[in-house]
Amino acid sequence: MTYQTKTISGVAVVSAFAAALSIVASAAPAAAEDEQEKCYGVAKAGENDCAAGPGTTCAGTSKIDYQGNSWKLVPKGTCETMELPDGRNGSLTALERDLPPA
Amino acid sequence: MGTAMDNEAAFARALLDAEAAVPAGIEGREGGGAERRFAVYRNNVHANLVDVLAGRFPVSAKLVGDAFFRAMARIYVAKTPPDSAVLLRYGGGFADFVAGFPPAAPVPYLADVARLEWAWHGAYHAADAEPLPQEALAALVPRAERLALTLHPSLRLVRSNYPLVTIWERAARDGGDEPVRLPAGGEDALVLRPALEVEVRRLPEGGAVFIQALQDGARLPEAAASASAAALAFDLAASLAGLMRSGAVVGTSGSA
Repeated sequence: MTYQTKTISGVAVVSAFAAALSIVASAAPAAAEDEQEKCYGVAKAGENDCAAGPGTTCAGTSKIDYQGNSWKLVPKGTCETMELPDGRNGSLTALERDLPPA
Repeated sequence: MGTAMDNEAAFARALLDAEAAVPAGIEGREGGGAERRFAVYRNNVHANLVDVLAGRFPVSAKLVGDAFFRAMARIYVAKTPPDSAVLLRYGGGFADFVAGFPPAAPVPYLADVARLEWAWHGAYHAADAEPLPQEALAALVPRAERLALTLHPSLRLVRSNYPLVTIWERAARDGGDEPVRLPAGGEDALVLRPALEVEVRRLPEGGAVFIQALQDGARLPEAAASASAAALAFDLAASLAGLMRSGAVVGTSGSA
């Protein structure tokens, strides 16, 4: 749809608004927030959502890639099946692997 | 000897200015070495602020390499010390500094990448808001022509004459070193944090003008008119759908 005039009629706006709603409705619904789960050992360094162990405060503070005690929110059901380098997997509980040196 | 406040101010000034003399009253152990010891302190302050910038602008740093980035950041730190004790606010002027930093001129899009990263940072720390659910949006249809939309507080626009979003995506992902053919023309970015994750999207033609007008409080017909004036290909339905789908619409006003 192309408007070339300076004013756009109310009818055009209403129909575009309705069209936008149908575009949104036809698209697959995005994963809602409550359909996420905490997944340990999958966040890249500095990209964790929280819990990066002693000496760190919270989000964005993990020191190494796939740090075992930091988690990231991921869509529900994808955590443990996620493929990571060198045969690692995500976990719903904190892991002992890939911890920064004490 | 001045008041404690004067001393503090002089101490802070000397910390940030490498040329400044050691402030009065600072002495090394057994009276010597104050110069060298104060330099250690000063260096720590600078290095920490450079670290803050490197953490805040990781993609910019990746694009030019760590050594270049840190040298550039160090000059910024010396020129623009923090004006707030809250380090989350530090770096707002960095993109403009990069734009005017002659050694960075061979990477002309670097300043825009830094702008995008600052917008990302701002969106990350912005207030939360609940996007309007689909039923609420559907109920607005009859009044659409008089509607002004309230957009999410985390929403930021970054307009660029370079294919900014493509550059950012490729560099933020891994590698980024392999030669790639970049799309011609500029890209405008929409930065938004509808829930927990910051999202960066490419806006269609006229989209940024439309959203900017909405942010400025324009009603839908006015916002759409300015977007079509800016870009003939502007598609109102597609732009509205993009805003609705991404969770950018959190309220309305002006419907009376």
